[in-house]
Amino acid sequence: MSLQIELEHYRNVLIVRLYGELDHHTANVVRYKMEEALLKDQVNHVILSLKELQFMDSSGLGVILGRYKQVKSKGGKMVVCDINPGVKRLFELSGLFKIISVHDNERNAISSLEVVS
Amino acid sequence: MTGSNQMKLTFSARSENEAFARVAVSAFVSQLDPTLEELNDLKTAVSEAVTNAIIHGYDNDSSREVTIEASIERDTVSIIVSDEGNGIEDVELARQPLYTSKPELERSGMGFTIMENFMDHFEVASRVDGGTRVAMVKRIESKKALYN
Repeated sequence: MSLQIELEHYRNVLIVRLYGELDHHTANVVRYKMEEALLKDQVNHVILSLKELQFMDSSGLGVILGRYKQVKSKGGKMVVCDINPGVKRLFELSGLFKIISVHDNERNAISSLEVVS
Repeated sequence: MTGSNQMKLTFSARSENEAFARVAVSAFVSQLDPTLEELNDLKTAVSEAVTNAIIHGYDNDSSREVTIEASIERDTVSIIVSDEGNGIEDVELARQPLYTSKPELERSGMGFTIMENFMDHFEVASRVDGGTRVAMVKRIESKKALYN
């Protein structure tokens, strides 16, 4: 498989690190792993940490939007950090930045969430 | 380089071949010495077209086949992605940003919008039960100086 997903829990935040390529083929594993982790009561917010995400297409946008709705229904926030220029263009084109804020790195992303929690 | 250079590739409509299609096209185009951004644009557009063929054209029936034809003429690459599947009933509707015919699958509805934005020229020809053909063209700027 050309995508690895790493999940880390930090207080009430789920940090999701994606490595590799997120497309239609690899979107399902991201969906199921995140869906499962988000069912836990202690998780409110999600940080998508995308430093090592080499490629993403609209299938990735779909799975991110799906998890955004899931987080929002729990009253939480989703933020992204460390995105490369290609992924950034997709976010801009699809208007995702209007609902998901972007940060330089995980530390800044965490502090942005601690302010709101 | 004189004349055009061509390649044609036919593969099973399996989702693992989306990555294969991206890599194959980017390897073919690498002779034009594209920038990373240009290469990423091409890979994304190819990925969208192949994904559409698999999901919408063939409803994930892996016994069917997707074809990519690519050609390079001077500094311009032309790519045609075609399937012989379901076809699109209303192409204009399908091209609308955020429209998806399969909302239950978490599709973003951005595929055609991305192809249009990432390529210089883009067109779709489709017939219900007759398949879909996406033709896209992109000029590789980094080699422009050579041909001026």
